[in-house]
Amino acid sequence: MDWAALVIVTLVKSLLLIVILLTAVAYATLMERKVLGFMQLRLGPNRTGPWGLLQPLADGIKLLFKEDLMLPVAERSLYALAPAISAVAALAPFLAIPFADRVAPDTITFWGRTIDLAQYSLNRGVVADLPGGVLFILAISSLGIYGVVIGGWASDNRYSLLGGIRVTAQMISYELALGMAIIGVLMVAGSMRMSAIVEAQRNIWFIVYQPFGFVIYLIAALAEACRTPFDLIECENELVAGYHTEYSSMKFGLFQLAEYAHIITISAIATTLFLGGWQGPWLPSGVWFVGKTFALVFFFIWVRATFPRVRFDQLMDFGWKLLLPAALANILLTGVILVVWR
Amino acid sequence: MIIPFLKGLGKTLEQCFRKPITIRYPEEKREVSERFRGHPRLLTDPQGRPLCVACCLCATVCPSFAITIEAATDGMHQKYPRRFVVDLARCIYCGFCEEACPKAAIKLNRRYELAQYDRNLLIYDKEQLLKSD
Repeated sequence: MDWAALVIVTLVKSLLLIVILLTAVAYATLMERKVLGFMQLRLGPNRTGPWGLLQPLADGIKLLFKEDLMLPVAERSLYALAPAISAVAALAPFLAIPFADRVAPDTITFWGRTIDLAQYSLNRGVVADLPGGVLFILAISSLGIYGVVIGGWASDNRYSLLGGIRVTAQMISYELALGMAIIGVLMVAGSMRMSAIVEAQRNIWFIVYQPFGFVIYLIAALAEACRTPFDLIECENELVAGYHTEYSSMKFGLFQLAEYAHIITISAIATTLFLGGWQGPWLPSGVWFVGKTFALVFFFIWVRATFPRVRFDQLMDFGWKLLLPAALANILLTGVILVVWR
Repeated sequence: MIIPFLKGLGKTLEQCFRKPITIRYPEEKREVSERFRGHPRLLTDPQGRPLCVACCLCATVCPSFAITIEAATDGMHQKYPRRFVVDLARCIYCGFCEEACPKAAIKLNRRYELAQYDRNLLIYDKEQLLKSD
């Protein structure tokens, strides 16, 4: 029963990863509030626990005890399904991202049975090292749109619907530029396997080869994660709270979780593709990965503290007329240089 | 086009390292100015007798009718307030009473934490006004 053990090991690994990720999401919210507070010359949350460190816990408990509104007019099943889709689509891509070099020995002995973990690379710091890892990640994370648009639709509220439609348009537009920005990396790395991409950055991070790609990716990622200056879905003066206007309690919590998980995931992808993944000197590989990822999360918060929101037509103009051509030009440039160089 | 964006980012990062202008309120209290107008209090002479002579000028000038005075006399011709009540729920902390008082017997202090659960607790009589500094 070798495969059963492997399945169990994989499940345990995914479970651990998800738990760690959820904790990271919780603390990303605290980090956002703290950093925003400092940048606005405030203190941020500081009531719960030392330095406000228990704030995410308090928020979670509060959300759990709120009344779970069930709208009489809503499509009940869709209404309940939407936050779950969002959360899953935001968390799942993490399973294909290599977060550390090596997390377990090659073989483990369990009840007198020896399991060869190296055989399916289960000892590596990645749950599923798929051959088309980048495609998997892009595909799953774009499923998050369904959660948003279904939530907006099922709420039977004009603000929610408009918010949902808006975010769909935005995400589809910017997904194109996001994918195009990644293609440059794939061309340089010559592989879609995430671990191979990390391996290819052993000497030089791809941000050196792909500076424009990185900038385009970051901008598209801001729009993809619906962060300021592209957070049009929740611009209060036009749409109240956008697609989650009618959600409460843990359903709202799931949307919120999906939002922050999306930020972390997108930062982790950028870390893997452009910043050398878990590679770095001296410190353990996992620390490097977390450090780089949270540096990017900090960047997202920093941008939020700095820039005002753009208008919707500006957003569309920017995405289609500037970002996408720039991404295409980047691919062309990369291709030409690669051909000339080799 | 890029430079202003970077400038903005630099500005916010710079703010990040400045001292916050907010304070941890119940633990740290904001130092109020010397001329701060808190709630009114009654002053006494060195013997501990109220300076007030119950002339009712403060009650007259008070725009929100927060002061009620009942005058009384003792012995020769010394008038004094038998009752001196300030309803802090009505008081607007304008300081007119302080300006009107010929004896400088009433003065606004620097206390600003006056919230109460019961409205009646905000009606201060003479003893409370004398005690509160």
